[in-house]
Amino acid sequence: MTIPSSTPAQPDAPPTLFERLEPLLAKVSKPIQYVGGELNSVSKEWSDVDVRWCLMYPDAYEVGLPNQGVAILYEILNERDWILAERTYAVWADMEALMREHQVPQFTLDSHRPVRAFDVFGLSFATELGYTNMLNALDLADIPVHARDRREDDPIVLAGGHAAFNPEPIADFIDAAVLGDGEEITLKISEVIREWKVEGRPGGRDALLMRLAAGGNVYVPKFYDVDYLADGRIQRVAPNRSGVPFRIAKHTLMDLDAWPYPKKPLVPLAETVHERYSVEIFRGCTRGCRFCQAGMITRPVRERSIDTIGAMVQGGIEATGLEEVGLLSLSSADHSEIADVTKQLADRYEGTNVSLSLPSTRVDAFNIDLANELSRNGRRSGLTFAPEGGSDRMRKVINKMVDEDDLIRTVAAAYSNGWRQVKLYFMCGLPTETDEDVLAIADLARRVIATGRQASGKRDIRCTVSIGGFIPKPHTPFQWAAQLDHETTDVRLAKLRDAIRSDRQYGKAIGFRYHDGKPGVVEGLLSRGDRRVGKIIEAVWRDGGRFDGWSEHFSYERWMRCSEEALAGTGVDVSWYTTREREYSEVLPWDHLDSGLDRDWLWEDWQDALDEVEVEDCRWTPCFDCGVCPQLDTSIQIGPTGRSLLPIAAVTQGVTVS
Amino acid sequence: MQKLRVRYAKRGRARFTSHRDFGRAFERALRRAGVPMAYSSGFSPHPRISYANASPTVAASEAEYLELGLSQECDPAKVREALDAALPPGLDVLEVVVAPTGALADLLTGSLWRITVVGVGRDVVDRAVASFMSRESVEVQRLTKNGIRSFDARQAVVLLASSDAGLDLVTRHQEPLVRPDDVLAGLAVVEAGFTPIEVPVLTRISQGRLDASTASIADPFRC
Repeated sequence: MTIPSSTPAQPDAPPTLFERLEPLLAKVSKPIQYVGGELNSVSKEWSDVDVRWCLMYPDAYEVGLPNQGVAILYEILNERDWILAERTYAVWADMEALMREHQVPQFTLDSHRPVRAFDVFGLSFATELGYTNMLNALDLADIPVHARDRREDDPIVLAGGHAAFNPEPIADFIDAAVLGDGEEITLKISEVIREWKVEGRPGGRDALLMRLAAGGNVYVPKFYDVDYLADGRIQRVAPNRSGVPFRIAKHTLMDLDAWPYPKKPLVPLAETVHERYSVEIFRGCTRGCRFCQAGMITRPVRERSIDTIGAMVQGGIEATGLEEVGLLSLSSADHSEIADVTKQLADRYEGTNVSLSLPSTRVDAFNIDLANELSRNGRRSGLTFAPEGGSDRMRKVINKMVDEDDLIRTVAAAYSNGWRQVKLYFMCGLPTETDEDVLAIADLARRVIATGRQASGKRDIRCTVSIGGFIPKPHTPFQWAAQLDHETTDVRLAKLRDAIRSDRQYGKAIGFRYHDGKPGVVEGLLSRGDRRVGKIIEAVWRDGGRFDGWSEHFSYERWMRCSEEALAGTGVDVSWYTTREREYSEVLPWDHLDSGLDRDWLWEDWQDALDEVEVEDCRWTPCFDCGVCPQLDTSIQIGPTGRSLLPIAAVTQGVTVS
Repeated sequence: MQKLRVRYAKRGRARFTSHRDFGRAFERALRRAGVPMAYSSGFSPHPRISYANASPTVAASEAEYLELGLSQECDPAKVREALDAALPPGLDVLEVVVAPTGALADLLTGSLWRITVVGVGRDVVDRAVASFMSRESVEVQRLTKNGIRSFDARQAVVLLASSDAGLDLVTRHQEPLVRPDDVLAGLAVVEAGFTPIEVPVLTRISQGRLDASTASIADPFRC
């Protein structure tokens, strides 16, 4: 890193918008979500820094604030004395109306500065359903929604998060996208911006984007052209200038122990969806569930050591005052030292009000031991497992390697250890699925209750079956698969519901939760869409579409109406994007974006799925050549370290009379 | 078990904190400050905190009160300092005292409010105040969880006086509780010209035992 000898001339600090905002706050619901000032929030002097980020999680404050990705970047950026990072979230309709009426632009919560004044406007997309909220935020910020219309002093609009692995549907609206882990790349981007500013912004905005693109880790959509075949498929995606790579690679953070973030996450005054301190105990997953985009795009597995986890939990509790601690990962029980981690943390916090949770998803008797360890004080209400597929056949297709007898044994162990409720997650609409596969869920639930009653000797145990619709995602073996249409999804789920309800012996002990299939169609359209889908997103937003992840705000009718208008003349429609199976030779909209996974390996895995052939986990068996490690020059980083946590002194109670 | 009484303020941006939000933040602050709380028994134990007359969301306050049950004896001054440091700026812990016998609520029978009104001429304000005070009752409506409810906003008002700084209001705490925004609604009922261009800012200046004859409020920690 080069340190510039002189700092560039600073623009005047934009005035705070708070005085203009304050009168509006008395008129909106839950005004606290717009005032900031949370515990651990940071407010820096504008002129003290060289590079300024505005970070957005494009959903309501209550959903966005707990987001782990934004929390990490907020801390890492603000730790640098030459960078400031502030946050903004999607405003609700009542606030939006007042902001438009009183010409108050989209603002940050930390210092109530206008979003347009920042160098970078970075959005983290955990889901595609935040796209309309991005357009609304841009518009409220007085930033042109189309990248091509942006002026020299507009921020660089940058997308990240899992949805950014196929940013093509928002290619017209973003200036750039980054794939993968954000910790290092945001700092690298900051350095590039600082250099460019120090040099006097030579070549303007495009030259800056060019510098970012040339590094190979930042995708600038406008430097690439997409050509289409007469039948609507993509012919090719290629750079339209020299100096940018044909493929853009994801960024992978190695050595998570060196990056123990978030250390001091924000603690809001307002109520949010998660009120806990979360430690990511490892990143990545190689279980190889074929539907799971997160598992595919976050490889390889990189563990945090037991010492780092212990230190983060201790520091996080002190810094936040939270009492709930979540040990997060894609499959938490797979940590090489998970038994020691849970036991030693449970020892450390025994007798305090700190509670630990391990959102574990695998069906494995070992998980019951862990769950028992974490519930020593007797709170054994519910356990959740995700078999995902109802039949053994289905689970072979999706590579979720657990057979029915294993599952029943696990559940029996749970009930006999005093757990009263078991929740089971499944998907409907998986490739090759038939009615029988879905009805097998009912049989499974019946066996669970029968076994549970026997194991616990009680009748009042419950099993809840939750079902989500399967959506094929980019960079997975199912990226070529047809999504099931929502009519068939709904019919199958209705049959399953009837099968469960009509069961006199067990029906009342089985809860059934599902959503209708329509929102999944829109998510599918956005997940595997190409640049033509951008017109739909824009039309939906202009028609009033916001907060698409909220069922009370989502309008299927609007999405379909806008799709029909926006896709007129293209020869393709919504079902072309969703329920159509793709062939090997078809150029997929995200083929030029490199998640490290070898395309041929993905295809073979797709063929294996159709043949009901399973694939092992490379942590315990030889490498099966998914391609990630050699392609990205990374490797698996797992323990065990063999180290132990020392007991910590009880919380110092400096307020007592000794 | 030791009982402590706490006086705290909601200032600046923190006035937008709802009572529920404050409760969660306060519980966290107790933990960060290491205050040895007594917990209720049961499946999900709660720290023993009793709140008294929380001011409405959006109102600022210099005089909010609550009572804590502790499992160990503490130094009130240290508790004040530690709690104040653990709460976000704007939620300020002003005083902590050891609770004497008797109920806190009995000491909190009235409040003094200051109301800043923007966009209404002094003459209109004076007329509205005079008209309001001259009546026996002024019926107002408020939207509650159970729909629109009508009640009298006049009877609970012990004093209402205007100055260049705004309105001073002394209310008696009674059922249903008459809030300053109810009184503002009452002013609009009696004087059609009373239409502030912005939502008036409400600040509770003090809270305590009300002496209706002098419209004075006695400090609950010093009586």
